[in-house]
This record gives sequence, C-alpha cells and structure tokens, in this order.
Amino acid sequence: MITLQHMLTLSGVLFALAIAGIFLNRKNVILLLMCIELMLLAVNFSFVSFSRFLGDLDGQVFVFFVLTVAAAEAAIGLAILVVLFRERRSINVEDLDTLKG
Amino acid sequence: MTSTLTLASLAPAIPEIYLTVALCVILLVDAFAGQASRRLTPTLTLAALVIGAALTARYADVSSSVTLFSGMYVADPLGNMLKLFAFLFIAVGLLYSRHYLDARGLLKGEYYVLTLSALLGICVMISAGSLLSMYMGIELLSLSLYALVAFNRDSGIAAESAIKYFVLGAIASGCLLYGMSLVYGMSGSLLFSDIADSLRGVPSLGLIMGLVFLVVGVAFKFGAVPFHMWVPDVYHGAPSSVTLLIASAPKIGSFALAYRLLVEALGGVATSWMQMLTIIAVLSLFLGNVVAVAQTNMKRLLAYSAIGNVGFILLGFVAGSEQGVEAALFYTLAYIITTLGAFGVVLLASPAGFEADHFDHYKGLHARDPMLALAMMVMMFSVGGMPLFVGFWAKLQIFQALWAVNATELVVIAALISVVGLYYCLRVIKLMYFDAPGDFPRSTCSTAERGVLLVNAAIVVALGLLPNTLLSLCEAVIG
Repeated sequence: MITLQHMLTLSGVLFALAIAGIFLNRKNVILLLMCIELMLLAVNFSFVSFSRFLGDLDGQVFVFFVLTVAAAEAAIGLAILVVLFRERRSINVEDLDTLKG
Repeated sequence: MTSTLTLASLAPAIPEIYLTVALCVILLVDAFAGQASRRLTPTLTLAALVIGAALTARYADVSSSVTLFSGMYVADPLGNMLKLFAFLFIAVGLLYSRHYLDARGLLKGEYYVLTLSALLGICVMISAGSLLSMYMGIELLSLSLYALVAFNRDSGIAAESAIKYFVLGAIASGCLLYGMSLVYGMSGSLLFSDIADSLRGVPSLGLIMGLVFLVVGVAFKFGAVPFHMWVPDVYHGAPSSVTLLIASAPKIGSFALAYRLLVEALGGVATSWMQMLTIIAVLSLFLGNVVAVAQTNMKRLLAYSAIGNVGFILLGFVAGSEQGVEAALFYTLAYIITTLGAFGVVLLASPAGFEADHFDHYKGLHARDPMLALAMMVMMFSVGGMPLFVGFWAKLQIFQALWAVNATELVVIAALISVVGLYYCLRVIKLMYFDAPGDFPRSTCSTAERGVLLVNAAIVVALGLLPNTLLSLCEAVIG
C-alpha cells in the first residue's frame, strides 16, 4: 500500500536531488535549467499527493499553474542563455565570474 | 461563496483589470506605430500609469476588506494604498529612465511593456488572497524583471547578472512553492483566511519545514542575508534604469508577500517564523552596512545599503505587533522614496556613452553639477538616518516598535549598526563636496528630469519635517 508518507518522501528526495544538482554542477548552465525544472516537478508531486490525501482538488489546479509558469520560466531562461552565449561564447558556470559578490 | 459574479462586484479589481488591458493596448500600439513609437510609447505608458492611479483611487477605494473570485483576491485599504504607491514609484522611475535609455539605444516599447507587467505582478501580489494568486503575482514580477535585466543585449555583464538572477530566483521560487505545498498539506486549503483559521498553536514538524522554505523564499525576494548573493551582482550588472526599477516598487511586492503570507496567513504560528526572521534581519543589518563601507562602486554601495535596510524592514515584522508592521510599512515607503532619488542621480549623471557608477565619477560632483550633488546629499543623509530626513523617522519607528515589545537587545544592535551605516553615507558626501573634481562628461539630462529629482528630494525633506502625514496613513491602513 502506497501511503502519503511514501509519496512525500519521493517528492522530498526529488527536491533534494534538484538542489544538490544546482550546487554540485560547475559545468553547464543548461544543467542548471534542468535542475530547476526537476525542482518544480518535485513540488508538483507534493501538491498532487496532498491533494489526493485531502480529497481536495485545489492542489491539482495549482499544479496546472505551476506547469504553465515553468514553461514560461524555461523560455525566459533559455532566452537569457542565448544572449549570454552570444556575448561570451561559453555557457560554462565557472566562466560567470566577471561580477564578484 | 455562492454569490454570482456581476460587473459591479468586480469594481475592487479594477486596477489589475485596467492594467492588463492597458498593457495589451500599449503593446499593440507600439508594434504598429513604427518610428513614432519611440516618443509615443513612453508618453502613453506614463498616461496609463496616471489613469491607473486615478482609477485605483476612485473605484478600488474600499473601507474594509472585500474578497473576490472565491477569496483568491483581497481588496483592502492597505492594498489600495500600496497599489497607489506602486503606480507612483513606477511612474517616477520611468521619468528618470527615459533620457538614460534614449542615450543608449534602449528606448524600445518592450521596456515599457515589461515594466507594466512587472507592476501588474506587484499589484497581484498586493491583492493576493491565496497561495495560488500570490505565486502567480511573484512569477509575473520575477519573469518581467529577469527579461529587463538582460535588456541590453550587447552588454556581457548584464547577461551574466541576468542568468545569476534567473537561476537564484528560480531556486527561491522553487523553495517558496515547496513551502506552499507543505502549508497546503497541513492546512488543507490554499486560501490565506482558511490557513489562518486552521493553523494555530504548536506547529507540526511538516509545518515547520514548510515555514523554513517559505521564509527562505521571502528572504530571497527581499534580498536578505544569507540569500542576498544576487543583490550586488544584479544591481551592478543591470542597466542603471533597471536597477532603479528593481530597487523601488518590487520592495512593495516583497512587503505585501511578507505581510499576506507571514502575518495574515501564518500569524497563528508567528513564534516559529519570528526566530528565523530575527536571525535573517540581524545578519542583513550587519553584512549590508559593514560591506557597504568597503565598496567603491555606487551601484554596489546602494545594493549593500539595500540589504542593510531590508534588515530594518524585517525587524519591523520581528516585533510581531501591529505597531511593528506599521513601522515596516513606513520604512519600506520611506526607503523606496529615498532610493528612487539616489538612483535618479546615478541615471541623470550618466550621459551617452558614460556610466557614472564608480566612486571616482562622483568626486567633486558639487563643482560640476551642484544640483545633482545636493540631491544625492539629501538621499544619503536620509539613508544614513540623520534627523530632519525621512530615514530618521523610519528607523525611529522600528526602534519604538521593538522597544514596545521589550526587544531591547535588538534595538541596541540596530542602533549601533546604523552608526556604521552613517559612515558610508557621509563618505559619499565627502567625495562629492570635498574631493578634487575629476574630468568626466557632464550630465545632459533635461530640465523636466531635474525637476522630478528636485521634487523627490523635497519630499524626502518634507516627510522628514512632517513625518505624521505618511505615518498616520500607515496607521490607518494596518489592522
């Protein structure tokens, strides 16, 4: 029997994987975009699990909105990436060091 | 919520509805106007903002809280006032930017349309009544800002700061969403009013995790330590007019986010998030004010100053009282008015082909352009918290709110650290008035822009002399 705990654990693991991916990856900005996508999907999984557990449809409606926003976000992210590549000829994370925080 | 939707019942949502229509119209006009659009779009946008503010004041003026769309949308006096200020701040920001954009070939319709959609995002955040509408507002604001930061396609540092802003912003949105999903799971509803009813007393483990993620998201949107990494880089890398935009009205959105989410929805478990917020606020105060001292770039200095000031705003929320929220609101507005003027000077001092962002560019500014130097001095005195300027009253309000809840140690820390803050402000004034002037291009801005800057400086002084005008407004709309 799959319970809420199982589903939430899976969602938490996916979320943690996404975060780890963002911080461990030092090579490629495209991988960062993939990790961000994974992060949002982990959240979606959590919303759907709670929605099913609570018997309340609001959570699933939220997922549709998150999916739509994620698509828009990916579009803007890739657009910025294109601008960056034209300027730098590189999408290596380590090359992004002109601005020092 | 079974009441039928009539046209008259939509009145409180007129600011957003109008803004959406105006945005589409301006986008179309800009696309079809051809060469004329360079002059037409900025004028049209300003007109749209003025009309929007008038409509907000006329139709959305509610005396008590009204909900629409099954509780997803809340119109209340606080929201009404915040929207009016958001319209005003965006309009002033655009007035400052026009000359700057024109000189750099950035005066395009997209800039104005994106600015309006950012404003729409802020308005949605201000009036959000549920987790869903809050999330949509945040994303509308953030996505517009990401695109605006990368607006100058020929600038390498703009693209770099945009990708940093985008990645860190997306992580913050992800954390915020994860927190929202946990709060939804624990409370069983997306509506802030239902969440407030169901979450009280000792929080469960799941809710505490949710709160942690929510506070991370809020801190990131404010640009508070330890989620401040994007602030200096984005302020530095983005075109100065976009920096002005990011530093001004979105802070109202962040205030609305913190107020609606933490105070209204999660007020029942306030003790849990207050501890986290206290640490974040104190760290921001320290890092912002101390690191600002070591800066040699004006935009980076203002970025660290923003981090320090956000620490004060968060301290208002930490007080946990109605007085504290009022103080935070007053501080937010006072800070935005001041920061608009400071970035206004940066924009006006940057003629074509020259970016006045290094400290050297401000050496002896008084000898070259006394008016800009005077305006910058007023803003710096206000940021530093000198008496007679609005920044002083803002800090005093925060101190009083903390004092009233016996948080003496926080008052002492904040008072000591604001002395450090005063140092970097005085340093800028010394540069402008006592150092030998360098040989830099003179400002070529129009009289109208100087007029706006003068009025801005006058307001900072006027509010410093008569703080009660704004203060009583803040007291009237909270609670």
